[in-house]
Amino acid sequence: MIKVEEKLFQNRYKVDAGRAHIQIADPDVCQLKCETKPCLVCCPASCYTKEGDGAVTLITDGCLECGTCRVVCSEHRNVLWEYPRGGYGILFKFG
Amino acid sequence: MSEHFDVLVIGAGPSGNAAAYTAAKAGLNVLQIERGESPGSKNVQGAILYSDALEKIIPDFREDAPLERHLIEQRMWMLDDESYVGSTYRSNAFNTPPFNRYTIIRAQFDKWFSKKVQDAGALTICETTVLGLHMDGDRVVGAITDRAGGSVYADAVILADGVNSLLAKKAGFRPELQPRDVALAVKEIHFLPDTTIESRFNVGPDEGVAIEMAGKITQGMVGTGFLYTNTESLTIGVGCLLSDLRARKITPHALIENMKAHPAIRPMLEGGEMKEYCAHLIPEGGYNAIPRIYGEGWMMVGDAGMFVNSVHREGSNLAMTTGRLAAETLIELRSEGKDFTADSLARYRRKLDESFVMKDLKKYRDMPGFLESNPQFFTQYPGLINRAAHTMVVVDGADKKSKERDIRRNFIKKRSRFGLIGDAFKFWRAFE
Repeated sequence: MIKVEEKLFQNRYKVDAGRAHIQIADPDVCQLKCETKPCLVCCPASCYTKEGDGAVTLITDGCLECGTCRVVCSEHRNVLWEYPRGGYGILFKFG
Repeated sequence: MSEHFDVLVIGAGPSGNAAAYTAAKAGLNVLQIERGESPGSKNVQGAILYSDALEKIIPDFREDAPLERHLIEQRMWMLDDESYVGSTYRSNAFNTPPFNRYTIIRAQFDKWFSKKVQDAGALTICETTVLGLHMDGDRVVGAITDRAGGSVYADAVILADGVNSLLAKKAGFRPELQPRDVALAVKEIHFLPDTTIESRFNVGPDEGVAIEMAGKITQGMVGTGFLYTNTESLTIGVGCLLSDLRARKITPHALIENMKAHPAIRPMLEGGEMKEYCAHLIPEGGYNAIPRIYGEGWMMVGDAGMFVNSVHREGSNLAMTTGRLAAETLIELRSEGKDFTADSLARYRRKLDESFVMKDLKKYRDMPGFLESNPQFFTQYPGLINRAAHTMVVVDGADKKSKERDIRRNFIKKRSRFGLIGDAFKFWRAFE
């Protein structure tokens, strides 16, 4: 199966370096309290990955700005989700 | 840009553009703010444009709007793992102008619509994210943007900021979305020569086909898929309730990859070049999920107000209609010399109630709950129907009466006699 990264490579982005528009509020909640970690499965751009020690890391560069990670994190509400600054983020060529 | 406007519209999708255009054309002083590089660069849709809603705003839109193909054929497929049972409606009546539905590419269409908005006299500012609303007590009086000194003020603020509507959430106008009230849809666009599309789908130049799909492609989850023909590309997508994706632990990426590998779908995409991968949440909660949509100095339109008819896959027409009605409410109140209070803006709600928007949403208000509590329509029936078709179509020496008995037994085994009667009744009630 083609990797999602290869698909995202087709997309156009203007990355706001050093200013991630989504942040994990408390990393300990993801690592220690959240058993299901729905963000890992549901994010359509696979921005969330699980480390060997159970910690969850987030890289927003490929984000499609859909809002899924914020909505699925309904148990812990641990995703701080804002839109990127004006003009930054995904720039759909076709949409 | 600390200025005062009659109307501030936040967002330049179909609902925001409809509102800004209607208000500006009537002479109101309109400011519209869009976070994308250009209107459309943040927006995702299938996409089918229903002419009626746009005609009521821009009657001669066909003269210069970037339209792909007008649809002359609609296919509905119920898929199993390697088969589908389908129905098709095609008519040459759809080839007689004015055409009823078109495929569009949103990045191009939204840019065109925005040009109309600006020609009508609105000031549209892009690359600007609205961070929050300015309140005076209960009253929305403006917004703060991420531009330096970026506060703007208006007599009325129209929230057209899409399904996520962070602004409505922050202001307490709407609770956070629930995973069972939204579907996550993923979509790809594949480019092919126009002549290949025309021979592959049996259509002429500018003519198009829409295929709506249900069944195994959603792997038993509540959801649907689609494939639409554009002029030189195909869009293919699939969406499922977020609560189902979460419970089943199926990645959206795997879902669309499996769909594209289906033996009935793969040949349609053969040789195409994939040029973009999108994702978007779609409000699926229907009538019962609609929040309060107006208040002191504010109104909510489009996806922000959860205005999607998920049964008929209609959204952009509801968006344009709600945007237009919100603007018309302001125009009427202004001409009557009335302020934009919650009491006076209640007229917007009444206009919606009288329109197809609320009538349709009310008609299907029980549908989300019905689908949630009756998963058999997505898990068992697609397989049963496909196997029944297979049994009847295969010529293998068995007599037809025995074949019918086999089919009946299969249905009863899976659903029981009472189950079947109950399902038929429930299905009828949900659509009644």
